[in-house]
Amino acid sequence: MRGIEIKEVSKGYKDTKALDHVSVQFEDGKIYALLGRNGAGKSTMLNIISNRIFPDQGEVLVDGKPARENDQVQQNMYLMSEQTLYPAGMKIQQAFQWSKEFYPKFDMEYAMELARMFGLNTKKKVRTLSTGYKSIFKLVLALSVNVPYLFLDEPVLGLDANHREMFYRILLEKYIEEPFTIVISTHLIEEVASVIEHVVILKDGKIVKNCATEELLAGGYRISGKKEMVDIWSQGEDVIGTEMLGTMKTAYVIGSSKEKWKKAPEELEVAKLDLQKMFIQMTNR
Amino acid sequence: MKLNFDDEKPVFLQIAEGMEDAILTGVFQEESQIPSTTELSVTYKINPATALKGINLLVDAGIVYKKRGVGMFVTEGAVRKLRQKRKDQFYENFVSRLVEEAKKLEITDVEIISMIERGFSK
Repeated sequence: MRGIEIKEVSKGYKDTKALDHVSVQFEDGKIYALLGRNGAGKSTMLNIISNRIFPDQGEVLVDGKPARENDQVQQNMYLMSEQTLYPAGMKIQQAFQWSKEFYPKFDMEYAMELARMFGLNTKKKVRTLSTGYKSIFKLVLALSVNVPYLFLDEPVLGLDANHREMFYRILLEKYIEEPFTIVISTHLIEEVASVIEHVVILKDGKIVKNCATEELLAGGYRISGKKEMVDIWSQGEDVIGTEMLGTMKTAYVIGSSKEKWKKAPEELEVAKLDLQKMFIQMTNR
Repeated sequence: MKLNFDDEKPVFLQIAEGMEDAILTGVFQEESQIPSTTELSVTYKINPATALKGINLLVDAGIVYKKRGVGMFVTEGAVRKLRQKRKDQFYENFVSRLVEEAKKLEITDVEIISMIERGFSK
């Protein structure tokens, strides 16, 4: 089977469970968002998939083969993360050449072209780059390695709006040319909402949602009104969060039907839930 | 109750309606080529599957068609078809709501007609 399969993976640090029996699949050729607050287990998951750390329990299969300490499998994926894995004294261009050693499909010409587009000086040393340009440097690498599985952990950190736009467009162009699996871990949900096809939400080391972006967006409503009324109308719904303000109650529901809410009485205020609010509710409950 | 579902239309519907508008206003003439899903995807920063879903709505409705190896084109007669569809929607979206509101305010049909005439004469 093509794709990445995470089976019953657990990982703990001292007294916290970073991942708790997590099972999820990343299908071949789809764009995913991995959402969750700080400490939800996103980075742990990406680090386990790409063999930087090992799980206490469970396994990761890439195209049906175990990922653990398997160089051949590892060459098929790339994780862009906060850590810069290059010697700080190395020049950008050297770092590109270095990447080609491990990733045979690394496209040097393309990398140089992207560097030019982003205004990244390839003669500079990695150490001397600003936070924004460190991100750009790592993004250029990620876009040039040409692997079937690309993991981006907070890819646009420190980038200005213009560069963020550029990045998403280039990513899409590349993806359309030859679809591959992309997993973007981010807290800037609204920005990626239109780009992604599927959403996986982690909370306290567990998966709380795993569905198509459209599905998540389509059935999310915010219902507010008198407490009794809201309780009656939200019965039987998947309520992901509530708020109380005096006798006023707000319930956040997902997977709900539009037809039902069209029939709601005047006293209830019903509004569509955007992805950002939905996410906040989902990780707070 | 405040409810505005139209504001939050799924992206693929917005794509389809945006293209319809462009065809209705003559930005894309009949038998002329429309942007590819790739162009739409990159320009609007949307997943190509979403763009394709939007365009497929137009294909299914016979508004655009695919020329193998060339791209997507506006069907002959698409404008007439779209106008008819929008007229039907006009009744649903505007006329029935207008009548509903008028009943609440006890406005008679004669009064409405004179109001509409006033609107046209402006």
